[in-house]
Amino acid sequence: MTEQTTQRMTYLDALGLAQREELARDENVIIIGEDITLYAAGGAYGDIDSKRVRSAPISECGFAGMAVGAAITGLRPIVDLTIANFVYLASDPIINQAARLRYMTGGQFNVPVVYRASMWHSQANAAQHSDRPYPMFMNVPGLKVVCPATPEDAKGLLKAAIRDDDPVLVFEDNDLWGQKGEVPLDPEFVVPIGKARTHREGSDVTIVTVSGSLRFALKAADDLAKDGISVDLVDLRTVLPIDSETILNSLGKTGRIVIVDPAHRTCGAAAEIAAIVAEDGFDLLRKPVRRVVTPDVPIPFAPTMEKPLYPSREAIVAAVRSLM
Amino acid sequence: MLRNDIDREAYLRMCKIRGFEEAVTALITEGEVPGACHSSVGQEAAIVGACMALRNDDYVSGTHRSHGHPIGKGAALKPLMAEILGKATGVCKGRGGSMHLTDKSVGSIGESAIVGGGIPIATGAALTAQVKGTDQVALTFFGDGASNEGVLAECLNMAAVWKLPVIFFCENNGYAAVTPARDSHGQPDVARRADGYGIPGVVVDGQELDAVLEATRTAVARARAGEGPTLIEAKTYRFDEHCVGLFINGGYRTQDEVQFFIAERDPLQLFRQVMLDRGHGEDDINAIEAQARALVAEAVQFAKDSPYPAPEEAFELVHATPLATPIRR
Repeated sequence: MTEQTTQRMTYLDALGLAQREELARDENVIIIGEDITLYAAGGAYGDIDSKRVRSAPISECGFAGMAVGAAITGLRPIVDLTIANFVYLASDPIINQAARLRYMTGGQFNVPVVYRASMWHSQANAAQHSDRPYPMFMNVPGLKVVCPATPEDAKGLLKAAIRDDDPVLVFEDNDLWGQKGEVPLDPEFVVPIGKARTHREGSDVTIVTVSGSLRFALKAADDLAKDGISVDLVDLRTVLPIDSETILNSLGKTGRIVIVDPAHRTCGAAAEIAAIVAEDGFDLLRKPVRRVVTPDVPIPFAPTMEKPLYPSREAIVAAVRSLM
Repeated sequence: MLRNDIDREAYLRMCKIRGFEEAVTALITEGEVPGACHSSVGQEAAIVGACMALRNDDYVSGTHRSHGHPIGKGAALKPLMAEILGKATGVCKGRGGSMHLTDKSVGSIGESAIVGGGIPIATGAALTAQVKGTDQVALTFFGDGASNEGVLAECLNMAAVWKLPVIFFCENNGYAAVTPARDSHGQPDVARRADGYGIPGVVVDGQELDAVLEATRTAVARARAGEGPTLIEAKTYRFDEHCVGLFINGGYRTQDEVQFFIAERDPLQLFRQVMLDRGHGEDDINAIEAQARALVAEAVQFAKDSPYPAPEEAFELVHATPLATPIRR
């Protein structure tokens, strides 16, 4: 019998496994975050060298900036910002320092730092706990931004981010934390940053998904298959840089594209993909580009108002049908 | 280093900063300098007194008033001057400019044009020293204006809690751009804020090199011993305007005040007298001044003779690991 090569585990456990493996692999990896030694998403780390796992005071700007100073002097910090809205408090050092120090110093420093942020939408947490802020950071040259949509990609992309010599933001979809999937156990397994993944091959329509939209798109593709509509389904995985080659190759097969992005409509990831398609894939289009996104309203508290705002299986099906 | 050698090296570094800043001002007049420059003239003793307490492998971060800090830490002048002119031979290859002079080779790890931005950088460098178990320390220069940024409070607290080997060094020149400290501080001494974090806070006369050096040495010894951070406030004065060539028509400070500091509290003149009192010969002191002038002149010539970076170089050095999809032009 061969050795077990994968294990079924949750998205959250996959993230925790990635951190544990990298802490063990490289003594320069450290974690900074609130409450982290006692209670943390993906497991507490109180058993690991206390010098390398820091429960920080509630000072996001301070410790996000300290992580940059630590990164340019030889450590590889992971900053767990927990809820994604808190990234705004940390955004000055992420944007003004982490993204630019290598460039502004003429390459004297690398900035190998990871910022984790969990997007807690769709859980009645209202407008200050429900953001999906990755598009804002797509406008920051120097950063890399990933949005894993499966447990396997959560592990592989977080590990790639930790090993990368540039600053990487890892936006987790909190709705996926409990979702289970097969995850490779090989400690050397990583998912390359900047590469989309084709989940289904098809010929009638391309669906590009961002973050947790993938699970709705998979179900939508099942629904559409019953009507004889064949979906080519591409999960972007990395939103900065965008794997435009995979998107355009898919569009070349289908001539139709629906982009599903849980961020807000204006200047979201879907907007950038639509622009790439308009510039480089216009001749491939048989129908207009369609976006399934979150409308430009603050996220309301009441579930009756909140739930219908996000991309859904039904909205994706309707968008595809409108193109057929 | 022997006392006499320390005096000579400190005076040389102060003269290099003064000469460098005067040369930059002349180059601005000649139209050779793109962008804004902030002069450290008047603040040389605060900078050099702090840096002379550090080793080459200790870290320093700083501010938009960035020329003095790497020079005080011992950086070569030619790449610094070339950077200010935006040349390819600049210490940051023309990507940083006047507000971001950084020289890793002497532990200068970044000058930030975001007020207060250098504070967490040095605090993080101190974290590295602690995690790796080296005995390095980090010092962050910031102004009285930055003392009102929240990130200082955050970093003072974390450094105190974690006993990080970091020195918070406030160059209080009395004015945040043109706003007097008395109009933006609840009480006059930034150093007293240390009490809120349970760490030492020290006020020194920033025009007196010996006072700054002694206070910083005490702080460095405490940091190296694992006892944690110190907040030092050097009361100093900026002789030039906030930004070289910036004309402020508002009288935020009187000419009498400026002239008093130039005539009576010039850190170079004060330390020159200290050296004479300690028995350094006039000829020796003159030789140091001549050496500084020569180094600055060589740096100016080097900078002028150097080529500008080609436009396409803007696309280089963005990432350490190149992107899977190259940056579109």
